Amino acid sequence: MPASESRIRVKRSGQVTQVEFLDRNILDEGNIQLIGEEIARLIEAEATPRLLISFANVEHLSSAALGQLITINNKVRSKSGQLRLADIDPQIYEVFTITRLNKIFQIHATTADAVASFA
Amino acid sequence: MQGDTSLDQCHAHTVPPMLMTNAQPGHEAHDFELLNDPAQVERVEMLLSDAATRNGFAKGSIFALRLSLHEAIANAFNHGHEGLSSELTVHVRLEIGPDQIIMEVTDQGPGFDPASIPDPTLEENLERGSGRGLLLINAYMTRAEYNAKGNALRMVYTKPE
Repeated sequence: MPASESRIRVKRSGQVTQVEFLDRNILDEGNIQLIGEEIARLIEAEATPRLLISFANVEHLSSAALGQLITINNKVRSKSGQLRLADIDPQIYEVFTITRLNKIFQIHATTADAVASFA
Repeated sequence: MQGDTSLDQCHAHTVPPMLMTNAQPGHEAHDFELLNDPAQVERVEMLLSDAATRNGFAKGSIFALRLSLHEAIANAFNHGHEGLSSELTVHVRLEIGPDQIIMEVTDQGPGFDPASIPDPTLEENLERGSGRGLLLINAYMTRAEYNAKGNALRMVYTKPE
């Protein structure tokens, strides 16, 4: 897969940068690395990033993807920004609860809820 | 669809070697020698999903099975083969029946002690990188155990009542 091919869709909503995944399966480490690099560029472009990641289309998520989300969260925090996750299918939400990462991330039921939650 | 044709052609080159081997009656068994290639891994995951669906496993079970197999294969290549040749293969055996699915993932590394992995759910480890794959496997599978050498993981999933 060429590195130039985007794995995410990015929308701006006021001061919030919304990211959606184009893949249903976020499993493969190479892909996850590319997604992480794309999102890192979005974070770098903002003075105080307000980032919302939607999992609306996602059916499978690996532990490598969870690791990448932690990296993203740390990058956002290092710029005093805010990260929200939303639209997580119940099966995938269970992956967050088993790993207890639901304690680290601010997770909202819908993107509208998440957008409204930004300070 | 045009896309389907190119996908098939792509897969024709990436299908991992597969042998039908002995399994208990009513079960199908598949053995694979996998290279560290996402397309090969995905093929095996799809075969697992399809066979589990045929055997009446529910969507939630298939999610759990596919994730566990994915994490086990990732651990085998990333940790089992750490520092070894990237050409080494990982052996995967699937035994699929109407009530139970057994998945075995064996690497060619020196093995490890599963007890040496820090608990990733402890507050101080929550943001660290390792151990989450095995945690998920243990949470989702009915049984999961390494052999004494620590290079082969056997996962058993029994269909919920």
